[in-house]
Amino acid sequence: MIVAERKPLDEIKEMIKGYRKILNVGCGGCTSICFTGGQREVNQLIESLKPALQEEGIALQLDGFTIERQCNGDFYLELDEIMDQYDAFLSMACGAGVQFLADRYPQKPVFPALNTIFVGVDRDLGWFEENCRTCRECIIGDTAGICPLTRCAKSLFNGPCGGTSRDGKCEVSKDTPCAWYEIFKRLKDQNRIENILKVRPAREWRNQTRGTMVHEDYQKRYMR
Amino acid sequence: MTFQERLDSGKFTVVAELQPPKGIDLSELFEHANQLKERVDAISVPDLQNAIMRLGSLSVCALLKQKGTEVIYHLSCIHRNRLALQSELLNAAALGLKNILILPGDPPSIGDHYEAPPVLDLDVSGLLEAAQRLQEGFDLMGNDLQGKPLFFVGTQIQAGATGQTLDQEIREMEKKIRLGAKFFFTSSIYDPNPFEDFIKKVAHYNVPILAGITLLKSAGMARYINKHVEGAAIPDAIIDRLIKASDKQQTSVEIAGEIIRKIKPLCQGILIVPIGWEHLIPSLLEQANL
Repeated sequence: MIVAERKPLDEIKEMIKGYRKILNVGCGGCTSICFTGGQREVNQLIESLKPALQEEGIALQLDGFTIERQCNGDFYLELDEIMDQYDAFLSMACGAGVQFLADRYPQKPVFPALNTIFVGVDRDLGWFEENCRTCRECIIGDTAGICPLTRCAKSLFNGPCGGTSRDGKCEVSKDTPCAWYEIFKRLKDQNRIENILKVRPAREWRNQTRGTMVHEDYQKRYMR
Repeated sequence: MTFQERLDSGKFTVVAELQPPKGIDLSELFEHANQLKERVDAISVPDLQNAIMRLGSLSVCALLKQKGTEVIYHLSCIHRNRLALQSELLNAAALGLKNILILPGDPPSIGDHYEAPPVLDLDVSGLLEAAQRLQEGFDLMGNDLQGKPLFFVGTQIQAGATGQTLDQEIREMEKKIRLGAKFFFTSSIYDPNPFEDFIKKVAHYNVPILAGITLLKSAGMARYINKHVEGAAIPDAIIDRLIKASDKQQTSVEIAGEIIRKIKPLCQGILIVPIGWEHLIPSLLEQANL
């Protein structure tokens, strides 16, 4: 899941300054699941913004509308019908969704109400943890299902760095478990400790350019 | 005698670390280097240690080399990508620097430019491999080099580790030897007993190990190290001596001297880390009968 957090109210106010008819567009996908950009949060943001703007004597129309997924055109049909009524959009989707919305209506200013933080998991209710950096070169088969790029503070592919504490914590942050300590422990438990001696060549850093991927089942469809 | 010849000869080898200044005034560093010239076998020069921006290891090593000093050039992975790292190795070779200490480097978040991003491209294993490839006449992409460099490469090991962390370090050491590491500097040693245990576990690798020796300036510094430096466990007896010391410098030198005398039969040399007390190195060497 993509995890996001809401921007400070003042930053959002500053972005929409000067616009009078604004639609706050929520997303029923990831940002809804992480309690940041779904229907409920769309309404909460409107409720917070309206009195704040009224205090400053700014009268504006601020409505909310949540679509199933902001990153897929199939879900935009209803929004297409009403978009003309507004002169700007706030988006409560992840960075990808905001851009999809902006590409869909290129004549309208679109402002992100969220900061996209990471690709993560639910550690518990409302507690999210980053677990993947989308590096396009997954090696966790060798590292006992633990991503050293994401979970080692130095992103070491051939770790550890020598800064592991006695209780298996990271020298950069005492609250963080050392990824290589965890990898070593799990590999040992799985009787695969010889993996630790494998030398992993320097990464290819494939995620430095914008990615496009066509699923192999659909490749014929888009071939020109 | 070069650092490599000294290690190859099996003689006990003394290295001192001199930190480059923040700026370009090298007069003090040259003065220290000059005082140590006849007393130590090599000067080791850190590269952006603790992620504090300062003069680099490369220029200091090159200038010391010009003055006839045997030097060990440090190269940290975390501040450069693979182009810059390989180029730095070639720079070193072109300047006649052969001894290279490859380190992971400290993350910018702990230093004085804490907003800078780290460059997480090559790790120590990756850079060791790069050094090997360059010596074979190729870069990491397999492109031919015009003129092969020749290095004597080492890295660092955490000798104070215990339990699983120690097992990890030993495996890492094996990996790094396979990747061409010819010598190892250890983290600072304050207690000879666990160090002896460590040495027993890695003796079969038959690779020179030089023990880190830090001059402890005060009980406060010792407590700070115990709290914040992984693998460090300064015994209470040493901290008590520092508290009671009437002459802190003298006591610090005595403590370090005793440690050196005890660990001397266990390893092939020492790396003295003076942290501002460079002038005490000669008396430390006397204390240690070196």
